[in-house]
Amino acid sequence: MSVESITIPASREQRPADLPVWQIRVGTRLSRVAAVAGIVLVVALAALPAIASRNLIQDLIFVLTMLTLAQLWNVLAGWGGLVSVGQQAFVGLGAYALFAGIVTAGLDPVAAIPLAGLFAALVAAVLGPLLFRLEGPYFAIGSWVAAEALRLICAQFKSLGGGTGMSISPSELSQMFGLKAVQALLGLRPAAARDVLVYWLALLLAVLVTLGTYAFMRSRHGLALAASRDNAAAARSVGVRTARIRHLLWIAVAFATGMVGAVVYLQKARISPDAAFSVTDWTAYVIFIVVIGGVRTIEGPMVGVLLLWGLVTYLAQYGSLYLVVLGTLAILIMLFMPRGVWGAAARRWQLQLFPTQRWLGRSR
Amino acid sequence: MSGFDTIIEGVLLGGVYALFALGLSLIFGIMRLVNLAHGDLILLAAYLVLSASTALGLPLAAASLLVVAVMFVLGFVLQRLVLERVLGDDILPPLLVTFGLSIVIQNGLLLGYGADSRRLQAGAFESSSVTLAPGLSVGLAPLTALVTAIAAVALLQLIFYRTSLGRAFRATADNPAIAQLMGVNERNVYAIAVGLSLAVSVIAAVVFGIRASFDPSIGPARLLYAFEAVIIGGLGSLWGTLAGGIVLGLAQAIGGRINPEWQILAGHLTFLAVLMVRPRGLFPARRT
Repeated sequence: MSVESITIPASREQRPADLPVWQIRVGTRLSRVAAVAGIVLVVALAALPAIASRNLIQDLIFVLTMLTLAQLWNVLAGWGGLVSVGQQAFVGLGAYALFAGIVTAGLDPVAAIPLAGLFAALVAAVLGPLLFRLEGPYFAIGSWVAAEALRLICAQFKSLGGGTGMSISPSELSQMFGLKAVQALLGLRPAAARDVLVYWLALLLAVLVTLGTYAFMRSRHGLALAASRDNAAAARSVGVRTARIRHLLWIAVAFATGMVGAVVYLQKARISPDAAFSVTDWTAYVIFIVVIGGVRTIEGPMVGVLLLWGLVTYLAQYGSLYLVVLGTLAILIMLFMPRGVWGAAARRWQLQLFPTQRWLGRSR
Repeated sequence: MSGFDTIIEGVLLGGVYALFALGLSLIFGIMRLVNLAHGDLILLAAYLVLSASTALGLPLAAASLLVVAVMFVLGFVLQRLVLERVLGDDILPPLLVTFGLSIVIQNGLLLGYGADSRRLQAGAFESSSVTLAPGLSVGLAPLTALVTAIAAVALLQLIFYRTSLGRAFRATADNPAIAQLMGVNERNVYAIAVGLSLAVSVIAAVVFGIRASFDPSIGPARLLYAFEAVIIGGLGSLWGTLAGGIVLGLAQAIGGRINPEWQILAGHLTFLAVLMVRPRGLFPARRT
């Protein structure tokens, strides 16, 4: 499954037949096993609502949406070098666009999700050129300022609840696309069926974003992105359009982040500016997941989100103390295990489930 | 006359923002480090002063001096034990470590002091005012904030351009490798810079804590105001940072006068507008 294979052209002279031709490869034997296991896991997760409790489904919605956000931030900050601390902006915009679509335009909630993503992407396209004027670390705080400004602007819309927020009544969601089918299929009440529908949407987004990231990082565009981060001048000298690729990535990530925001708030059915634009919920947790799991790997966020889920389950009752523990853990990992849990394990045991690194091998 | 009041209020508010920004600007300039925990460290300083003045019964000035010393040492140690390990070409690790620190300090303060609003008690000083002209009087505390900001900038300029420590700062900022060859101890210079940044933040915290009430959750907003002041003013110039703080203060005061809900938003939008029109800030350093 070597997606990207560049054979080195044979030289003009006659080449002895036994000399090996070198190839750049990304796949490993383990990665082919992992691909099959991944498909099995996704099918199992899709079938899970048939037997799982409503609590587990709600937990898994949290896990899947956080995983998606973490994968997105990992591409943006890890591979792309655009260290944003303002991703809550796009979660919030997606959520608010969803509510506006349902309440004011009377759209079907499921149809409103991609529109919410488009709205977030549109705002990102406008903000991008402005924020890209801030280099590296300054971009981080700049994106945070933008998110705060958007939070305050959303709080101005009285029709969407202003500063205190609003709820969508269950009756407005009862006609949602697919809800009746889920109710009939699994024999559930409307509220539980809505959770299952949201769960499937979250699963779909998580799979699409993970596969998309994986395919992107293995493509030549992914290589171009990594090159723009490592050395923009050198990348430009070999023909990479660094500004364009970053801008497009920023917009694409905002699009997907906006859809995640819409899915999360479709399940919550209650929104407020402070919650939808929360830096702790939508950026600190996400960064924690990526840092603990391992930056610049596809597997890292998966490991990280499972660890976060465990910590949330056992420690969330302690409130502030729990966040102190999370923060301290993230700092210690950054200091002593900068590749994260997965990165360290992968290095030690040569594990590559979803390899994105290229290596030189002999072709057969 | 009320328009004039708003302008005075904005300028005085700008003094506080400039004080927030100085510490951030200092380590921006010398180490290229963006400290995402800056706002929470200001809050930590405010709470330490509060504790020193209430628990130890010290007068506010003595408590502040004590905390200046404590925070300087804390900054020195923080750089040596934590930040030093993550500084490098990759911008991700220092950002993530300081972001983690921000979460730890904010929630640590919440655990230690609770979510209630607090205020530093400065006795009669808080409410007294001075008359500048007939019919125009300003609060003594806000005026002191602005004067303190100007004094702090002047003092930092003096350190930067008139002392051997300042020379070491500037040399290390320009080229750490060459500075080291000339006998500058880079590790110490960086640690002193972080210490100095936190020491200045104590002054910001005291001035702010007398004027307004504070609670553990408002640290990040202080970071954003500080950052906006630095960028509006222009990177690499301390007087520019003071001007940036005043521009931000004016924007907030004018926005708040039009509609109280727009106060903070007006500041953010001004920042974005400056970024659009003059991305290098209003008063950038003339260095190339």
